[in-house]
This record gives sequence, C-alpha cells and structure tokens, in this order.
Amino acid sequence: MFYIYCPYCGEHREEEEFHPKGQAHIERPKDPEACSDEAWGDYLFFRDNPRGVHHELWVHAVGCRKFFNVTRHTVTYEILETYKMGEQPSITADAQGQPREAVAASRQEGVRA
Amino acid sequence: MQRYSGFGLVKHALSHHENWQRQWRNPTPKKQYDVIIVGGGGHGLATAYYLAKEFGVTNVAVIEKGWLGGGNTARNTTIVRSNYLWDEAAALYEHAMKLWEGLSQDLNYNVMFSQRGVLNLGHTLQDMRDIQRRVNANRLNGIDGEVLDAKGVQELVPIMDCSKNARYPVLGASWQPRAGVARHDAVAWGYARGADALGVDILQQTEVTGFKIRDGQIYGVHTNRGDIEAKTVGCVAAGNSGVLAKMAGFKLPLESHPLQALVSEPIKPILDTVVMSNHVHGYVSQSDKGDLVIGAGIDGYNGYGQRGSYPTVEHTLQAIVEMFPIFSRVRMNRQWGGIVDTCPDACPILSKTPVKGLFFNCGWGTGGFKATPGSGHVFAASLAKGEMHPIAEPFSMFRFHSGALIDEHGAAGVAH
Ligand SMILES: Cc1cc2nc3c(=O)[nH]c(=O)nc-3n(C[C@H](O)[C@H](O)[C@H](O)COP(=O)(O)OP(=O)(O)OC[C@H]3O[C@@H](n4cnc5c(N)ncnc54)[C@H](O)[C@@H]3O)c2cc1C
Ligand SMILES: [Zn+2]
Repeated sequence: MFYIYCPYCGEHREEEEFHPKGQAHIERPKDPEACSDEAWGDYLFFRDNPRGVHHELWVHAVGCRKFFNVTRHTVTYEILETYKMGEQPSITADAQGQPREAVAASRQEGVRA
Repeated sequence: MQRYSGFGLVKHALSHHENWQRQWRNPTPKKQYDVIIVGGGGHGLATAYYLAKEFGVTNVAVIEKGWLGGGNTARNTTIVRSNYLWDEAAALYEHAMKLWEGLSQDLNYNVMFSQRGVLNLGHTLQDMRDIQRRVNANRLNGIDGEVLDAKGVQELVPIMDCSKNARYPVLGASWQPRAGVARHDAVAWGYARGADALGVDILQQTEVTGFKIRDGQIYGVHTNRGDIEAKTVGCVAAGNSGVLAKMAGFKLPLESHPLQALVSEPIKPILDTVVMSNHVHGYVSQSDKGDLVIGAGIDGYNGYGQRGSYPTVEHTLQAIVEMFPIFSRVRMNRQWGGIVDTCPDACPILSKTPVKGLFFNCGWGTGGFKATPGSGHVFAASLAKGEMHPIAEPFSMFRFHSGALIDEHGAAGVAH
C-alpha cells in the first residue's frame, strides 16, 4: 500500500486516491505527420520498463485531479520522490538501476517520498 | 524414463515408494548447445520438449534463474480457454486447446486438465452484444461456444446471484464447455520430465546476465555459471523479458506489472465451473482441494516485486462477493503476485528480433498459461526452422511499427 505525497496538495494521501499512468517525460512528436512509422510506433508503444528506478506519471484522481511525477523503485516499490509537471527528477538510476546518492539525502529531508 | 502407470504405483508401494526415479537430471552446463532457451517456465519447457520430440533438436539447454515454474507458471489461476475474438489469436489459443486435450497422455504425466467450462459474464447490453459477436466469431473458427441468458447462467451456477437486485445484474454469458483448468506446476514438471528424457539439459539456479553478439548474430549467453554458446537462443522470460531485451540492445513494447491471486480456506464442493466477469472485474473457480481460486486485474503501476497492493485485493473480493454473496464469510488463506508482461494489444509476441538467431516469446501478460502447449509447439517449430511458424507469424514484435495490431482487449480484459 502506497502513501503518496501529492506535490500540489502538499499532503500524503493513500494509494486509492491516485491512478498510475505509465512512464513519465514522454514527449509527443512535434510533427506527427512527418514521423517515420518507427518513430511513431516507438512513441505510442515502446516504454523503458526498467527493473529499478522508474520515473512515472500519476494522477491524483479523487483529490486535486492534477497529474504529477513520481520516482519509484520497481523492485522495492519505494517512492523516492514526487515532483510537479514540468520539473525534472533529482534522483536518477545508475547503470545497474540503483538510485544514486541523492536518495539518501532526499530521505533525510523527509519532505518528499 | 520410467513410465508412470497404475501398475507402477503398486510396484513402488511394495518398496515403500523409496525407489522412484528422479524426474529430471541436474546436469552441469556444457560449453555449447544447438539451442538455448532462457526461462524455465511452462512456455520455455514446452518449447524444449517439442524441439526434442517433434523437431529432433535434442542438444538443448533450458536456463532458469530460479526453480522450474517459479515464475508465473506456478503462480497463475490456471484458466484454460480459447474463445478469443480475432482469427490470429483464436488460431493460436485453439492450437493450444487441442494439445491440452491429449497432454496428460502425451507427457505420461497427469496435468489434471479438467474441462469444466468457462463462463464470461455480461452485465450490460454492450457486454451482451460483444459476447454475441465473439461467440459467432469463435464458431466460424470451429471453436465451441454458446450465448446464454441469465436463466441459462443460473441453471449452470445456482449459487450465483443472477437476480435483478444485483448492482450489476447478470444479463447472460458466453459459455465455452471445452474450457477449464489444469494443474499448473504439473505442466512445468511434466514438460521438464519429458524434455529431460529426450536429452535436454535443464539448468536451474542459472541466471542469464548478458548475450554474446557478434556482427548482429547471437552466439551465446553469459550466466552466473560461466558462458554457454549457441547460435539459436529463445527467450521465454515473461515479466523479465524487457530486462533481457535491454541486455541484447533493443526495446520491447512491454510493461511489467504485478498480478495477484488468492485462495480461500478449503470448502466442500460448491462451484463446478469457472466464472469470469470483466465488468465487476473478478473471476473464481474451485480447485480439487476445495479452495476458491480467485483473481482479477493487474496493479496499475510497473513492478517486478512479485507482490501487489492491498486495494487490488479488496476490489477483487468486492467483485466476487457481488457475484456470490454466499462467499461473503469465506476466509482467504493465501495471496501472492506474479510479474506479467503486458503488451499494448493484449496479444503475445512470438518473434524474431533485431539480433539474428535471437528469438523472443513473451508478452503473454495476464493470460498465457492456457497457451502453454501451443506456444511451446509453434515456438519450437520456429527455432528449429529459423522461420516463424505460420500461427506465430502475426505476433511479430514489428507489428507495433507496421500497425498490424491484434486487439484482444475485449476477450482478454480481466479474463485470463
Ligand atoms: C496471478 C496470476 C494469475 C494468472 N492467471 C492466469 C490464468 O488463469 N490463465 C492463463 O492462461 N494465464 C494466467 N496467468 C498468466 C500466465 O501465468 C503466464 O502468461 C504464463 O504462465 C507465462 O509462462 P512463461 O513460461 O512464459 O513465464 P514464467 O512461468 O514466468 O517463466 C519465465 C521464467 O524465466 C525465468 N527468467 C527470467 N529472467 C531470467 C534470466 N535472466 N535468466 C534465467 N531465467 C530467467 C524466470 O525465473 C521464470 O521462471 C496468470 C498470471 C498471474 C501472475
Ligand atoms: Zn493532489
């Protein structure tokens, strides 16, 4: 059971208020008509699906109804941070899918996850 | 291989059952094989079995990082049916159904395939129209199916609430009498025993950690027990397929999600068929031991943790109690999760890849157990010939660029 910090409401709420919406930071091709089939198929269907740190989109469906981003570990399921749309994650994976140093730091701050 | 029989049982009883033969060897890996299968679930083991039995390729290794069937094969709720909408999918699942019907004899191993029928309920007018369309399509493909009204459903399952008082009244169902359930771990073990007897090496506790690729052609794998070479490699790794594809340098259109199931305490026989509902989102059957076997949909987020969230369990049980108020006080005994590799069109991927000699069989998502024999058979044919079997052909990974999707969301829904 997740306890998720909505960066817009500024509060932790339980999982049932939210819906996961897949990988974050996917940009729609600027000019779809000019896309090759490859590029368009990649955009529609191909996702990173890592075993480790994952940046994903969630929506606070029965709260403020806003979309935001979550950095989460897909094996431990630990939520490492949440951040607003348009922002960049402060925690990213190294080659092994393990979170970088930033994790420990952000956990100490205790504001996010 | 010692064959199992009633006579054998009596014979072994005389020696206090102490002399049963081991079901498969535990060999040390050779340096080189003709074919390597990555993943010792049902599909991987079936592939190895048919490679050896039907296509004469016996210099084969199955590499499994854990134990046989420890992935989704022995975590699933064992529903077997073939009533899929589109011709391509119907051909694949019905091919499997025909093999199921003779499987225990073929393997000399009781997989307890029980054709007790499967009901897919309809709760809205649109559900009923879709059911009619699907059953008609099934019949055109030679697959058994009937459309039942609420009365027909009630006759088959007297304990279900088919009254008008339900929040989502049952309007009818599709009914496939040849569908049913099987014993999942026996399927893995039966194929393993059969493959081993034909010379296949089954390497458990061996994890593939990378691929050996030269000039776009595969020639082996790295494992935690050293390198093993083969010019043909088939990956059948369900939820971990994306991880393997990444090692080989390409992406698959898959997302790995937890899918949960649970079983109740054992109760007396009360349900003699399988009931599934996409609309209230749950399904249930009763095992021979007496426990209710229950499941529903995936947890929506990506995950590799082989466990899911509590809210999903709660929703699942709400659906079951909605259909079967009589179960409201049955206690649940165990709950677990597997990692399913969901594909955007709810159909699997059986495919060549950008790497020559490297094939993938994955994307079975929430519903691949039923396909185990058929998938293994057509995948074995493809590996043996180096060209995809005609039944497997439409399930290429490249369909996500060409646009030739096979949209089975209607038949796959919650349905497993
Ligand atoms: C809870 C649940 C309920 C389900 N219910 C049904 C149902 O009712 N009906 C139905 O038809 N289907 C159902 N399914 C789906 C079904 O279980 C799967 O589609 C099917 O079992 C997949 O079989 P498989 O052999 O491809 O995968 P698996 O059995 O998962 O085998 C893959 C194997 O690959 C191994 N592996 C992974 N990575 C590596 C590596 N790097 N090196 C070596 N080995 C590796 C894994 O350890 C694993 O044993 C359900 C699934 C779940 C989780
Ligand atoms: Zn909010």
